[in-house]
Amino acid sequence: MTGILLAMSYTPHVDYAFQSVERIMRDVNSGWLLRYMHANGASFFFIVVYIHIFRGLFYGSYKSPREVLWWLGVIIMILMMATAFMGYVLPWGQMSFWGATVITNLFSAIPVIGDYIVTLLWGGFSVDNPTLNRFFALHYLLPFVLVGVVVLHIWALHIPGSNNPLGINATAKDKIPFHPYYTAKDAFGLGVFLLAYFTVVFWFPNAMGHTDNYIPANPLSTPAHIVPEWYFLPFYAILRSIDDKLTGVILMFGSLLILFVIPWLDTSRVRSATFRPIFKVLFWVFLADCVMLTWCGAQLAEGLPLLLSRIGTFWYFFHFLVLMPVVGWIETPRPLPTSISTPVVAKPAE
Amino acid sequence: MRIVLFAAFATLLIGFAPVEVKAADGNVELTNQEWSFDGVFGRFDRQQLQRGFQVYREVCSSCHGLDYIAFRNLEAIGYSEDQTKVLASEYIIEECCDDQGDIFDRPAIPADYMPNPYPNDQFARASNNGALPPDLSLMSKARHGGPDYVYSLINGYEEPSAEVEAEMMDGMYYNVAFEGNQIAMAQQLFDDLLEYSDGTPATAEQMATDVAAFLHWAAEPKLEIRKQTGVRVLLFTFVFTVLAYFLKRRIWADIEH
Ligand code: HEC
Ligand code: HEM
Repeated sequence: MTGILLAMSYTPHVDYAFQSVERIMRDVNSGWLLRYMHANGASFFFIVVYIHIFRGLFYGSYKSPREVLWWLGVIIMILMMATAFMGYVLPWGQMSFWGATVITNLFSAIPVIGDYIVTLLWGGFSVDNPTLNRFFALHYLLPFVLVGVVVLHIWALHIPGSNNPLGINATAKDKIPFHPYYTAKDAFGLGVFLLAYFTVVFWFPNAMGHTDNYIPANPLSTPAHIVPEWYFLPFYAILRSIDDKLTGVILMFGSLLILFVIPWLDTSRVRSATFRPIFKVLFWVFLADCVMLTWCGAQLAEGLPLLLSRIGTFWYFFHFLVLMPVVGWIETPRPLPTSISTPVVAKPAE
Repeated sequence: MRIVLFAAFATLLIGFAPVEVKAADGNVELTNQEWSFDGVFGRFDRQQLQRGFQVYREVCSSCHGLDYIAFRNLEAIGYSEDQTKVLASEYIIEECCDDQGDIFDRPAIPADYMPNPYPNDQFARASNNGALPPDLSLMSKARHGGPDYVYSLINGYEEPSAEVEAEMMDGMYYNVAFEGNQIAMAQQLFDDLLEYSDGTPATAEQMATDVAAFLHWAAEPKLEIRKQTGVRVLLFTFVFTVLAYFLKRRIWADIEH
């Protein structure tokens, strides 16, 4: 929504894009608010989605009968990444330009058709005006596709019903109507979220951005240190952990695509990690691994950060490809309660 | 729920961590100042901004542009409409073109943007030993440290030690705040270089502080309204959240969970 208002004052041309964003900041009524809400909105969107994904990993929400729901979720995440990446190019600052150059260049690692794809993305032979134009068009389009997939995601949720922290199938007596129970709970959750979001928008609007993006793009001067937005950092660390470009690219995309197959990789019949003592520990190790990769992604790829990102990358795949299936076999889960209300009722009354 | 909150905070923390790590690299020394515009209710000090503008106009503007600031914008730092007219009219703008197709000169009006000291980048480099003086409009947001950086840079000229001096390139100056410590801009501010119209003693330190504050305004002119709006929005959200919390407790009270 803030996007559509921004788009009214934005000029997708290399000579004017940066300037038009500055005009939005200075001369358009409340333009500064729109832009800060939009840029930080993207960051907060990622925070929420990442928490949501990790929660899904913890409670085994990807498991039968919710695979389709999970896949749609992964598609949403990938669409969001594409949208945010192209959005970040639009203000045409130094990081916009060089980030676009680095990321689009990745496709050239694909054998045979790679160079063709890059030329297609660029609309020429370098990141230039045509690139900016097509990214703007796609940045406008993708969020609508995204909304479509979100609707499917919710629809797919309604077929098997929501999962629960115990990871068991809910029976009729455990269910309560969404309204007013969940509308009330979500209203509170929304309030907490907005408090954090508004604090950043109004007091630290640039904390999540990069200072170099306030320097207009200059194809002749490469910034000392090209870093993407924070939500891409773990994947960026995976990309740079390998010297060979093609392998790095495969690993980076692989780290996203692997999420599609985890419904099969996880062999345990129990969903929720609450009842899986080994898996529970591994979950927290995995979370720490992702945090570490995020840190590595912001550093120069050398010395300690490089070593750590190699270990981190290895662990990322090791977790999904080896630990998940193996632990599913060897672990003895704790007994599951027969219904959701059993543990609640069993708790001594306070 | 508690786990989710914890994860949220962890993510937030790491989100910010790299920003700080980056600020620390290179051998730069920054001096942190207290600014009137810091904090939850921060506001600009109009008097200070006007002094800063004076420093910009009398010193920096001979090399640095301020492309995004128009003379009319100066009303926001406390000049009256008539004063901005007078300030503008001291500048000459080249206008294209008159009826004959010739470029002609005219005095600037408040709607004009600050004219650039150089006609193009090549000319600017040629006049500055090959270095390009960057536009200052966004300087305060384009460097780590913001106004503290600008202040530290302008005030950061020191005598280098003999070894360091031997390694310096020709035409470069030693500066503790600049990355690599060699900058192509010579020291600009010296005590009593100018006379402030409000009578404040013009020490180098004072001028550096004032011009840094002015450049921060130039980079973020909407800072005051941003923070004011923020206070109102946050209060509203807070009330909403508290109400939602009690509503939730009431509604869930009759359910075992
Ligand atoms: C004689 C011309 C000249 C004057 C006058 C001048 N500067 Fe500069 N300035 C330069 C040049 C040249 C550079 C580029 C330095 C470099 O890249 O090494 C520069 C760079 C800068 C930078 C950017 C440093 C960076 O991090 O890239 C700032 C900030 C700055 N000047 C502020 C000021 C301020 C404030 C004033 C007025 C007090 C001023 N300058 C007056 C020539 C000048
Ligand atoms: C999922 C939804 C979206 C995400 C995650 C997203 C993300 C982003 C990001 C990260 C930026 C860069 C901001 C900056 O650093 O300045 C951006 C800019 C922009 N976006 Fe979006 N966006 C979304 C939806 C939209 C929509 C629907 C539109 C238009 C209809 C839009 C229009 C723009 C415009 C015009 C800019 C450039 C102006 C600016 O940089 O502030 N966006 N977007």
